[in-house]
Amino acid sequence: MNTALSWIKAYVPELTCTDQEYMDAMTLSGTKVEGYARLDKNLEKIVVGQIKKIEKHPDADKLIVCQVDIGGEEIQIVTGAPNVKEGDKVPVVLDGGKVAGGHDGGPLPEDGISIKAGKLRGVPSNGMMCSIEELGSDRNFYPEAPEMGIYIFGDDVQVGADAVEELGLRDTVFEYEVTSNRVDCYSVIGIAREAAATFRKPFVLPAVTAKGNDEKVEDYVSVEVQDQELCPRYCARVCKNIKIAPSPKWMQRRLAASGIRPINNLVDITNYVMEEYGQPMHAFDLDTIAGHKIIVRRAKDGDVFRTLDGQDRNLDSDVLMICDAEKEVGIAGIMGGENSMITDSVKTVLFEAATFNGANIRKSAKRVGLRTDASGKFEKGLDPYNAEAAINRACQLIEELGCGEVVGGMVDVHGEMKEKVVLPFEPERYNSLLGTDVSEQEMLNIFKMIEVEYDAEKRTLTVPTFRQDILRQCDIAEEVARFYGYDKIPTTLPNGEATTGKLPFKLRIEQKARDIAEYCGFSQGMCYSFESPKVFDKLLLSADDPARQAITIANPLGEDFSIMRTVPLHGMLTSLATNYNRRNKDVRLYELGNIYLPKALPLTELPEERMQFTLGMYGDCDFFDMKGVVEEFFESVGMHKKAVYDPQAGRNYLHPGRQANIEYEGTLVGYLGEVHPEVCDNYDLKTRAYVAALDIPSILPYATFDRKYEGIAKYPAVLRDISMVVPKTVMAGQIEAVIAQRGGKILEDYQLFDIYEGDQIKEGFKSMAYSITFRAKDRTLEEADVTSAMKKILNGLKGMGIELRS
Amino acid sequence: MKEKLEQIKAEALRQIEASDALEKLNEVKINFLGKKGELTAVLKSMKDVAPEDRPKVGQLVNETRAEIEKVLELSVKKMERAVREAKLKTEVIDVTLPSKKNKMGHRHPNTIALEEVERIFIGMGYEVVEGPDVEKDYYNFEALNIPADHPAKDEQDTFYITGDILLRTQTSSTQVHEMEKGKLPIRMIAPGRVFRADEVDATHSPSFHQIEGLVIDKHITFADLKGTLEEFARELFGENTRVKFRPHHFPFTEPSAEMDVSCFKCGGKGCRFCKGEGWIEILGCGMVHPHVLEMSGIDPEEYTGFAFGVGLERIALLKYEIDDMRLLYENDIRFLKQF
Repeated sequence: MNTALSWIKAYVPELTCTDQEYMDAMTLSGTKVEGYARLDKNLEKIVVGQIKKIEKHPDADKLIVCQVDIGGEEIQIVTGAPNVKEGDKVPVVLDGGKVAGGHDGGPLPEDGISIKAGKLRGVPSNGMMCSIEELGSDRNFYPEAPEMGIYIFGDDVQVGADAVEELGLRDTVFEYEVTSNRVDCYSVIGIAREAAATFRKPFVLPAVTAKGNDEKVEDYVSVEVQDQELCPRYCARVCKNIKIAPSPKWMQRRLAASGIRPINNLVDITNYVMEEYGQPMHAFDLDTIAGHKIIVRRAKDGDVFRTLDGQDRNLDSDVLMICDAEKEVGIAGIMGGENSMITDSVKTVLFEAATFNGANIRKSAKRVGLRTDASGKFEKGLDPYNAEAAINRACQLIEELGCGEVVGGMVDVHGEMKEKVVLPFEPERYNSLLGTDVSEQEMLNIFKMIEVEYDAEKRTLTVPTFRQDILRQCDIAEEVARFYGYDKIPTTLPNGEATTGKLPFKLRIEQKARDIAEYCGFSQGMCYSFESPKVFDKLLLSADDPARQAITIANPLGEDFSIMRTVPLHGMLTSLATNYNRRNKDVRLYELGNIYLPKALPLTELPEERMQFTLGMYGDCDFFDMKGVVEEFFESVGMHKKAVYDPQAGRNYLHPGRQANIEYEGTLVGYLGEVHPEVCDNYDLKTRAYVAALDIPSILPYATFDRKYEGIAKYPAVLRDISMVVPKTVMAGQIEAVIAQRGGKILEDYQLFDIYEGDQIKEGFKSMAYSITFRAKDRTLEEADVTSAMKKILNGLKGMGIELRS
Repeated sequence: MKEKLEQIKAEALRQIEASDALEKLNEVKINFLGKKGELTAVLKSMKDVAPEDRPKVGQLVNETRAEIEKVLELSVKKMERAVREAKLKTEVIDVTLPSKKNKMGHRHPNTIALEEVERIFIGMGYEVVEGPDVEKDYYNFEALNIPADHPAKDEQDTFYITGDILLRTQTSSTQVHEMEKGKLPIRMIAPGRVFRADEVDATHSPSFHQIEGLVIDKHITFADLKGTLEEFARELFGENTRVKFRPHHFPFTEPSAEMDVSCFKCGGKGCRFCKGEGWIEILGCGMVHPHVLEMSGIDPEEYTGFAFGVGLERIALLKYEIDDMRLLYENDIRFLKQF
């Protein structure tokens, strides 16, 4: 909300402070000021001048030479403006002065434009006459200004006076950010009340009297509200003999500063009262209202209505309408209809000031697709008491500005008016919540300024109706805090029962995962939780893959962000491709993020959220580098048993011969592999890439930070090497399973130290060599122990078609 | 005999003197002191010496041997040192050549910021807890004093899955889960991912992170809230950081505030970083609304509390001077490497 400071000062006349002080103090008391702009920025040495004589320029057809009286002195100014004549009073910037902008409008230069005396085509010119654009404004806000040329004052201004002041530009416009609970502050009066309380100055409300002639409004109009829940109050007054004319300059200036274009007296008055009281009003041409009757009722499903902007709007039975005896004339609280629009020929006006159900207006505005200044206010739920004050203010202005004659009385339809909130006055409670020691008297002073009434006898506080946000004691405490000063509240630390700070086990495991990944050269990425349903095809998932059962967002930002991910690879592959296509070499990334697995679709209960530890890389690396990272991680979280790598993983997105499920103690805990080349193509990743995904919830039962010292072996180890010719179909894992199973208690370790396929080895076979370590904890091994264990191992291996080499 | 020993000694010393390598010294040792060496030969010839003279001669031989050994040992040591020094000279390397690093990866700036925040609050006795990303409307809104028709519900541009299930718009939802457990007092922070229907640009992302904080105990005051968050700001942004609390409105706290910290770039004088204001808005906070406590089964007459919510990306962007939020989700290694 934007408002000129001069308008605030009209209600807080004793307010004196700099713009910055005002901004800081208001912000600290809770009326946040986003910023301010001085309207006279870069306007220097500009006075009202009167053109005494105009002559042609001797050397230029399009220029004229003017003698201008600037108040006791005449100066010569050369201008090209077509619209001036002798006797005109105009803004004149003198030598050494400044204007805000160029004559053609457009963005204003930061430092304005300096004006110096000089010569135009050889004729001296000692200043410049200004257009409204040069003064930093435009015709929207000064409708009387000419389309091209110099701004011309009315006759009543004094020659030599400060032109900036005369134009109402010696002012500052403040921009407020009002919080949604403070409906009362969406008005000049509301903010002025806050300003008065903040600066502890008297607050002077405009004096409004319900004027009117001897006629009765009931003879002009009747009102019937069919849905009181949606329309708690409807006030109507009538003004006749309307004379449309421009509104006075002071009103135009205040509206312009608020960003509202002055139109004519009638429109300006309704806008002015909306700004001043925060109560939107509507003016109907009474002659267009059939039966001079207003009916407030719901629309019917399928109705179409043309609003005054000429658009057809589709309605339904949840939209509240203002109707006359025959037809709809406006969408309640949103916009009037074209059929009852005010025109310049209006004779009799019907003013409406009503309050509507805020939630209903908000929903209607959304459904109808039309959000207006009025609906923006109504949807916050306005104070019904304010409607009466506002409509009387409007009628008062009609009369004061000579815009028409006010008919006596007001049609007022309302249900039971809400009672004022009354709370016991409990100063200790406020102090104990705030941790302060504010005196009772100080609290009472604060309440007085914000119009919360104190009953000393009953020790109660009565909250004014416009403060719909004050319902409980904590709300009162906030008022005390705001005006006592948040900055004056002390700073302490909670001193209750001591608690232990902790990071839960899952998060500690995740922290370990990050440490290990980074140790292995992987940097942490972050990807979105939602992605495109096309992901499944990109990853070659089969039509019946359960991963295709994804949660769909009802209102996504677009298809690309419309499902919650069920596989962690899409973000990883996208990120790898981004890096690859930016020519980054040897990239290693990891991510810790959830996948979302629905228990049933459509969702009836919350899905399972499973944290995935995903790794991806390309460049100088292979499958076994990735496997190494997985094993480093397992070891770091105390998973010391051998994991099983099952090549029958059946994952379409991975290379069919280079993929494995990872099983730990019989549980599937993740998978790894080379990305299928077709998937790489789908992601525009033109290199081999490797990924691994570990399911953290599956790992947690096996992970532990417990460690136990097992002693360092005292007795010597015995090493045996075996060299074998192995059918290609037999995998290292199978051989190792035999060694592990048959090596017995004394088996300590085994390592593959050589693998070879090629010329010297017969077709369909490979050569492999293992080094096997035996050791006993309690004695030196005897030859016989080792021989017996080796014999068992070798027998087992022979059963797999493996030949021993010498 | 004495002369002979003198001669042997003189010859040995001469040869030691003349030696220019360890092998030569070794030869001297063998020639004079070895089993077939000259001194041994002298000892062997003892049988020709009169028995009464033998001890004397023996002593002379031993003295000579000791003297030669001593000189020899010194020479060996000297020679060894010379050899080592010569070797060291040949081993000079160019220490300015590139290093061999174990190419460590880098943590995401969000995580670095998060771990900082966690460290600070764990130190103050807070437990880190987690809540679900996909959440019930009740926990995200209703239980936080944002009933069905509340305007704040519209302001947050929520992603819905069904009418009742949504992507949480704030980690405040975790507050409710924690309060419902019924274990008091509570001191927790809840980091997590939140979602709002904002189009992606330099300052917006439809998915970002928040850290929620909640303290519930007897006699918790607004002053405690101020003190705690001031401590937090100083830990996070530096000792000289000043904080400012401005009144604000959140449906689930009353009184509510926003906290600004003095600009850590200019110290509060005003610069381009803080848009000339000297202050940077950092978080929202307030005293837990009694109705929120009531809904979660906590008696507001007995217990009070405070809550706060801080945007993780906001902290990361500010602390590391990152000027475009999109960088956080692109995962370009040239960006990530800088942290």
